[in-house]
Amino acid sequence: MKIIVLVKQVPDTTEIQVDKKTGTLIRDGVKSIINPDDLAGLEEALCLKDKYGAHVSVLTMGPPQASSMLKECLARGCEEAILLTDMKFAGSDTWATSNALAAAIKKLDYDLIIAGRQAIDGDTAQVGPQTAERLNLPQITYVQEIVEVENDVLTVVKNWEDHLETLQVELPCLITTLATMNKPRYMNCADIWTAIEKDVKVIKFVDTDLNDSDVGLKSSPTNVKRTFTKDVSNANEILNIDAQSAAKRILADLVSKQLIVLGDNHENN
Amino acid sequence: MKITKDIYVFIEQRENKILPVSFELLNEANKLVAKVKHLNYHVVAVVLGYNISDLTKEIIGHGADKVIVCDDELLEKYSTQYYCDVLSLVVNEYNPDSLLIGATVLGRDLAPRVSARVNTGLTADATMIDVCDEDSEQALLLVTRPAFGGNLYGTIVCPNTRPQMATIRPNVFEIGAFDKTKVGEVINFEVKITDLPQVVSTAITKKEIKGVNIASANFIISVGRGMAKHLDVAKEVCESLNATMACSRAIVDEGLAEKEIQVGQTGTTVRPNVYIACGISGAAQHIAGMENADYIIAINTDPNAAIFSIANMGIVGDASVVLKELKNLLAK
Repeated sequence: MKIIVLVKQVPDTTEIQVDKKTGTLIRDGVKSIINPDDLAGLEEALCLKDKYGAHVSVLTMGPPQASSMLKECLARGCEEAILLTDMKFAGSDTWATSNALAAAIKKLDYDLIIAGRQAIDGDTAQVGPQTAERLNLPQITYVQEIVEVENDVLTVVKNWEDHLETLQVELPCLITTLATMNKPRYMNCADIWTAIEKDVKVIKFVDTDLNDSDVGLKSSPTNVKRTFTKDVSNANEILNIDAQSAAKRILADLVSKQLIVLGDNHENN
Repeated sequence: MKITKDIYVFIEQRENKILPVSFELLNEANKLVAKVKHLNYHVVAVVLGYNISDLTKEIIGHGADKVIVCDDELLEKYSTQYYCDVLSLVVNEYNPDSLLIGATVLGRDLAPRVSARVNTGLTADATMIDVCDEDSEQALLLVTRPAFGGNLYGTIVCPNTRPQMATIRPNVFEIGAFDKTKVGEVINFEVKITDLPQVVSTAITKKEIKGVNIASANFIISVGRGMAKHLDVAKEVCESLNATMACSRAIVDEGLAEKEIQVGQTGTTVRPNVYIACGISGAAQHIAGMENADYIIAINTDPNAAIFSIANMGIVGDASVVLKELKNLLAK
């Protein structure tokens, strides 16, 4: 079985702060990580390899510095790491990104493509399904569990809002995975040494069948008109009072909002 | 470019019950259409399913001028393949100017696939939507969404391709009043599905939801890291006040509560009448999920906590002690 895992290097958004004066993100010193949903996807691929034997490749589209993340993927135990990088891809929205990823994947052999459900920097959850459409593959998103692969049929559990659904699909297909589905393994020393020696394979625009109108900022159907941070006005009351007075204030507020009735409060529902 | 017209809303039904987000979108679409009156746009609903003709009254009463009904046995349960095929055909047939879809698990599976097929732009999980008034010739949607964990907001436009597609987060817009006298046109769209199914459903298990649905709760007491050791106090106060308990991501990460009651960018968006944030510092990703509450009370030991910047009333103090006092007052 040949598995391609789509991964993205993202800033750790839990560490990002906003500069309140300029309204911009402070990205200095914020470490880059493998997007958590993608890391879970990689772990699933490695589990499939342990169970059935598989060739696992990771593929990312990004700037050259994303190769450090790909090295980490190699150290976690995948066979091949591919970096799709070119100035022509800069500024791509999800439509253009999926065009580029699909074009790269078309040059590769695969049975299963695993993508993280969404990236924590953009949170769009669009690139997986859009790539599946470009490749004309069936898709299953929000996968919480990979149950088995038997006779080229993949069985997974999809996580809906209020229920879990077991689904079967014939390979090849694309699934998107949730960070909560597993705990990624640690890198082992031997794999780290092998990773250092392994090369990251680079794919450029010219290596694909893409046209200029498929990728990049200018070809992207959506663009960002403006960005802003939430304007937080301080027109409120901050009280420095003892706990009992605070409790009384809260209770009074709740009564005035008619959320509770005092006096016969325990009978009155 | 083809001539495009109207704002389309995808109506999501499960077991022939329409999801609230669809009504929220119909109401919002009406507001948008009213802002570009001179273009004479209508609100058009598209509903897919099986034996769904009964739903049209409800859809029209909630604000649709027209309903396109795609009724077929194979559309009874959601299938990415069939829903994408049919919705893409509807788009190609009627040329909507924009198409809004609820950002549910279904919507976020379907919308990107359709946008790739019809080759147009899609904005994900939006929380604000408006039309641009700079150009009166067209209704350019301004779709605003949080990114970077709610730290930054971006307004996205799709100027050159149609329809302008967006998925919209449930529970951020209000449902309009139901107008049972409203009249609308019903179009039955002929569905011809011949392909075999690619994905087969073999089992469904209901999730055991611990506690109630926080999305529709009216009064929420929410706990954060500062309350991690005092969840029992919060639970007792919730019970005696008939409030719904929710929490921040820190509490879920520490394994102290289920994901189902987590408020925020990666959790659930809530809009209760009153939200009491106890020991929650107010990370951007948390605020993104509760800032629409009508009245926010925050209790935190740190006077500089971000939560105070959006609170209507802030109390500097230990939330667990304040809640204990509240419990004592209620016991009297």
